[in-house]
Amino acid sequence: MQPAVSDSLPDRPRPSSTADLFLSFTVLALQGFGGVLAVVQREIVEKKRWLTPDEFIEDWAVAQVLPGPNVVNLAVMIGDRYFGLRGAAAAVAGLLSAPLVVVMVLAVLYTYFAGDPRVAGALRGMGAIAGGIIAATGFKLVPQLRKNPLGFPLCLGLVALVFGAIALARIPLGWVLLTVGAAACIQTWRKIAP
Amino acid sequence: MTIVMHWHDWLALFGQYLLLSLLSISGAITTVPDMQRYLVVQNGWLSGTQFTSSVAIAQAAPGPNVLFVGLMGWNVGLNAGGGIDGGIHAWLLGFLGLAITMVGILLPSTTLTYFATRWGHRNRARRDVRAFKQGMAPVVVGLLIATGWVLAAGNRAPDTPPWHLWLVAGAAALVVWRTRIHLLWLLGAGAALGAAGFV
Repeated sequence: MQPAVSDSLPDRPRPSSTADLFLSFTVLALQGFGGVLAVVQREIVEKKRWLTPDEFIEDWAVAQVLPGPNVVNLAVMIGDRYFGLRGAAAAVAGLLSAPLVVVMVLAVLYTYFAGDPRVAGALRGMGAIAGGIIAATGFKLVPQLRKNPLGFPLCLGLVALVFGAIALARIPLGWVLLTVGAAACIQTWRKIAP
Repeated sequence: MTIVMHWHDWLALFGQYLLLSLLSISGAITTVPDMQRYLVVQNGWLSGTQFTSSVAIAQAAPGPNVLFVGLMGWNVGLNAGGGIDGGIHAWLLGFLGLAITMVGILLPSTTLTYFATRWGHRNRARRDVRAFKQGMAPVVVGLLIATGWVLAAGNRAPDTPPWHLWLVAGAAALVVWRTRIHLLWLLGAGAALGAAGFV
């Protein structure tokens, strides 16, 4: 398939080839400790200028709403923008290949040292921190909900409802999305009536 | 731990991850509670420790967080092959598990993203496109907070008081929320506290 928007980008930096895409995403993935999004923003938007900040925010919002790992989705979009399907594949492969090798080496090392209570403890400690980091990502997004057409109080109620259903009642994700998610989308659809 | 995996178990695992891929709104990390229910509670293919350490190792390594999914598949394979000392058989099953879970979690979502972004770009002003984007926003936020909670709760050591765990996870959340400190420092601090036996 042809690239999505290649004709609308006359004179600005762009990846020179799919190999350039692959290597660029490999380099940024290997810098991304605890998540790659911040590095994507720094490398692709600020340094390489393949995307304007506005394009980045727009793509990021869509990548977040669609299912799948956000950064992988973003790589699909950026790769597709310049080289179509081949570009999307090159960007995703670059994002995953080298970090996968690193993770596998760490996992095998861990298997041999898992008997050491300090190693198990360190992993537990990092797990607790990782939980806090992810929750904080959610807290950081709460102010964005003020602009939501559902209204801020209803949004907070939905956040609490989803939290209770998943974290406390342990209801499977699919049911929560089919009920609460669908209801929220339908209500939004009614609120933004022209 | 050692488990027995029949071919239909591998197929069920693949099907479950294909499904989870389409449910992983706002990232694979939001399906962690469901994966834990499926792999640990329902099928017993992973121990609770293997599950949480898969997530923690992937968090500590560079790269997209989704790699934790591959580690879970790797560990299921190792368990099916009699553990890391099961020789080449265990390693091959490990790679099978890795491939099944990674392809499963990525194939549906990337395919959907590829076609949906092209479609969405052409139709970005439509009322239903905007309703979906904005209606899902509070659900995504609630999911992220719930995921953090479930992940943190899975890391309690049996011989420490639970408030230690919540103090560490809560402090991490507060620091990330309010400062721009590099996440590696936090993970390092967590590792040190864990090694010292605090959590």
